[in-house]
Amino acid sequence: MKALDRKLMRDLRAMWSQVLTIALVVASGVAGFITTLSAVDSLALARDRFYAEARFADVFAGLKRAPLTVADTLRALPGVADVQTSVEVAVRVEIEGRSEPIVGQLIGVDPRRPARMNLVVLRGAAAAPSPGPPLADGSIPAWVSESFATANQLKPGSRLSALINGKRRTLLMTGVALSPEYVFAGLWGMPDQRGFGVFWVDHEALAAAFDMAGAFNHLALKLAPHGDERTVIDGLTGVLDTYGGRQAHGRTDQTSHAMLDNEIKEQRVLGTLLPSIFLGVAAFLLNVVIARLVSTQREQIAALKALGYPNATIALHYLKMVLVIVSIGWLLGLVIGDQLGAALTRLYSDFFRFPSFEHRVAPWLLLVSGGLTLATAVLGTLNAIAATARLAPAEAMRPQAPGRYRRTLFERMGIRHIPTSLRMILRQMERRPGRTALAVGGVAASVAIVVMGNFLRDAIESIVDTQFTLAMRNDVAVWTLDPLIDASGRELARLPGVTAVESNRYVPVTLVNGHRRERSQLRGYALQPELYRIVDVNRRQTQPTGDGLVLTDRLADKLGVRVGDRVQVEVLEGRARTLDLVVDATVREMMGLNAYMNRPALNRALGDGDLSTGFMLAVEPGREAELLDATRQLPRVAGAFSKATMLRNMQELSARNVRIMSTVLTVFASIIAVGVVYNNARIALAERTWELASLRVLGFTRAEVSGLLLGEMVIVVALALPLGMLLGWGLVHVLAGALKSDQFYFPVVILPRTYAWAAICVVGAALGSALVVRRRIDRLDMVAALKTRE
Amino acid sequence: MFHARGLSKVYRSGEVEVHALRDVDLDIGRGEFVVLLGASGSGKSTLLNILGGLDVPTSGEIRFGDQRLDGASEAELTAYRREHVGFVFQFYNLIPSLTVRENVALVTDIALDPMPVDEAIDLVGLTPRRDHFPSQLSGGEQQRVAIARAIVKRPEVLLCDEPTGALDYATGKLVLEVIERINRETGTTAVVITHNAAIAGMADRVIHLGDGRIQRVETNAHKLSPSQLSW
Repeated sequence: MKALDRKLMRDLRAMWSQVLTIALVVASGVAGFITTLSAVDSLALARDRFYAEARFADVFAGLKRAPLTVADTLRALPGVADVQTSVEVAVRVEIEGRSEPIVGQLIGVDPRRPARMNLVVLRGAAAAPSPGPPLADGSIPAWVSESFATANQLKPGSRLSALINGKRRTLLMTGVALSPEYVFAGLWGMPDQRGFGVFWVDHEALAAAFDMAGAFNHLALKLAPHGDERTVIDGLTGVLDTYGGRQAHGRTDQTSHAMLDNEIKEQRVLGTLLPSIFLGVAAFLLNVVIARLVSTQREQIAALKALGYPNATIALHYLKMVLVIVSIGWLLGLVIGDQLGAALTRLYSDFFRFPSFEHRVAPWLLLVSGGLTLATAVLGTLNAIAATARLAPAEAMRPQAPGRYRRTLFERMGIRHIPTSLRMILRQMERRPGRTALAVGGVAASVAIVVMGNFLRDAIESIVDTQFTLAMRNDVAVWTLDPLIDASGRELARLPGVTAVESNRYVPVTLVNGHRRERSQLRGYALQPELYRIVDVNRRQTQPTGDGLVLTDRLADKLGVRVGDRVQVEVLEGRARTLDLVVDATVREMMGLNAYMNRPALNRALGDGDLSTGFMLAVEPGREAELLDATRQLPRVAGAFSKATMLRNMQELSARNVRIMSTVLTVFASIIAVGVVYNNARIALAERTWELASLRVLGFTRAEVSGLLLGEMVIVVALALPLGMLLGWGLVHVLAGALKSDQFYFPVVILPRTYAWAAICVVGAALGSALVVRRRIDRLDMVAALKTRE
Repeated sequence: MFHARGLSKVYRSGEVEVHALRDVDLDIGRGEFVVLLGASGSGKSTLLNILGGLDVPTSGEIRFGDQRLDGASEAELTAYRREHVGFVFQFYNLIPSLTVRENVALVTDIALDPMPVDEAIDLVGLTPRRDHFPSQLSGGEQQRVAIARAIVKRPEVLLCDEPTGALDYATGKLVLEVIERINRETGTTAVVITHNAAIAGMADRVIHLGDGRIQRVETNAHKLSPSQLSW
């Protein structure tokens, strides 16, 4: 081995603590990048693969009842490649010993007409044409959706009961199934794996039970290669109108797809923006640290030059040193990122069900993360070496000429009584403003990313709190099969434990302004809502008092309407009608694209009487299960949902993912912060060893000398903290803006504890570094230091 | 070997302009032992740095054999140092992370025709300590490593900047003996700068520098051996 390479190894070993912390900074940046992006990438890959293999349909529609021959008419529509019909019915399902209500989506499978799209994949079993006809004991064999089976611990052989057209029938689970239509399982756009299940049963048995022989009530459609979705949906609606056709829609409005798509989009923004900022900050810090590290080796570089080593060889030597450090960090980051990415993917697989869902780290992720870190490291090194290499060796070996110090800004401003040591610190910092700025900037950047990592958790908590504490103040929501006379609410008020009832009316609609159309649900709330309210991002309540609409601001933007404009409202329930309504107000909500009115005004506009489709109940503490049991006896109730369950579902799934990701990023950010502060301190010490030793010789005490160095650190940290918090606040705004989607408006909420944690990380790192530096100063060999210098 | 005409060097140190050399003419022959004598700030280090290709003059001409050193490029100076010059500095300038052997090997790795590393170490009498790190050596030993490192490439000229400056009396003499032996046995030209007038006795020629100029030149009819010196 060449002597120069030996020096490399020894130097690396001697600076192990710095090598380690710099490598950790790199590793954290890379790991954050790889973790999130590889997980999202794997999710998108699994989706694309499943959609292709299971031939996911492009357009979907429900209707009351149409003869099978209608399908032929639909196939002939321009732009249509294929149409597949089915019978699908939502029923109430019960599992013995469970009080929570369950909605079951029964889907008929016809062995004589094998599916051509939305293929059902059986888990752990060979493909079968259908679950088979009812057994001798009357039970109906059923394939059960995987998420529901897993959440309720069902296995083949498990029995459930279902209320099929008024009759209680037994469903016998014979297989676990997956479908591209139900990758995500939930109700009302919220995940609910326990409360919502899909059951594939024999088509004939289902058709017989609901009088659907020779008919269908659901269809899926594949577009021809250049078919236009809008035209096809219009054509479809035209044909199906006669058969009670409702809500023909494309993939964008398909619940599972929309949730999946939204998640991928959101995570891609999070997974791209956040880790990119991380990697960028890590790279910047790496550059700063490396540049200073190399410049502390000034004398050694000069000696090598004097011996006749050319600049290129010396540069290569330091490049190797840096590459070793960065490579360690990069590899470590890859391993950690791969592991955490796989863990995040496993979390996704609880949420989204695919036949195969493997975690992979795409080659481009390796290239980008490796390229970016290596490039900045190389740049930082070359910069630092160039500065030394430009010097003639004789000059480099000579101690640097005394710097041009002058009175500090404070002194020039007339503040005279500054202690000598503080004056020395301030003059030192002011003389090299570039270096001071980099040190402050580096620490500030690390404060900022700690704030940013934590922000997601703050935001989710704020969303959950606003939604579940301020907006929904009910305990249970009851939905009816059809609109009911509001007096039915009184029946609910008599149920056990109910203390208050508030009625709502929900109508599926399409909002139209010119050529812009948005499907939504028009929600009729109480005039002065108490239990179910509209609350904006600033936690203020809006009341739908007038005769017009209140729209989520994002929905108004999408429709291109402002307050005072008129909107056409196409009613998708009962007979087709179009209402002409004025936008009374817009509200900036955190979740969803919603349209509101007050219920009496909505009923008036529809020309209906006092109708309701949902009832919000307040329940005495501890009596919820009893109440939920009681609602099952009511024939017209479609389902009753406990807020506690919804909250739990939200906390367990979507919120959990964000929280875990936020925690991971916060840990990485904290490591970066520690790495930066520690290296800053170590390098400052290396740069000033001679000066400090001279002061010791002059009779300064250890404490005084340490104070000079640590005082600078204190000032840097003190400047960096508020600056970093400000920077973090700015980055959070950028992030929130980028995360804004149809579904979510991320509120810019940074809790005090987030700022506190960022401060604790940095101050803690500074204290730790101070201890190490102090120990080194205590061991400073004055004589040796002075003997080797003029 | 060296021919200098009208050498001048001006430094900017902070806000001050320093005339380190003013119009110096100098010739040094092959195998000669020259001592540059002068007080601190007399310009002797500057002259040595220019002779060694560590620095270039502000004006004037300097040649090593046929090679012009003034106006030479960085790469040319690097090659010049690498092939022809051995340096010994007052503060040794060893690489602290390398052992004695490795510090010497640092040069053999890049030299054209070096002597074996152990031979150079033997020449300075450090064989027993060749696997020690600089921090485990005394100042004299460190300086001898620097000398070994300087001679291992079989340089044509050995340039020593205050080689005894940081050493005690006895150790200093030991180091001078080594330099003298190299000069005598290998015919390497030696240029030693010092502010210690006593050392002048061992030189072929003594050049007195002051205020950046050559004040006078003495030639010793009878060179003394280092053991005969005292200060």
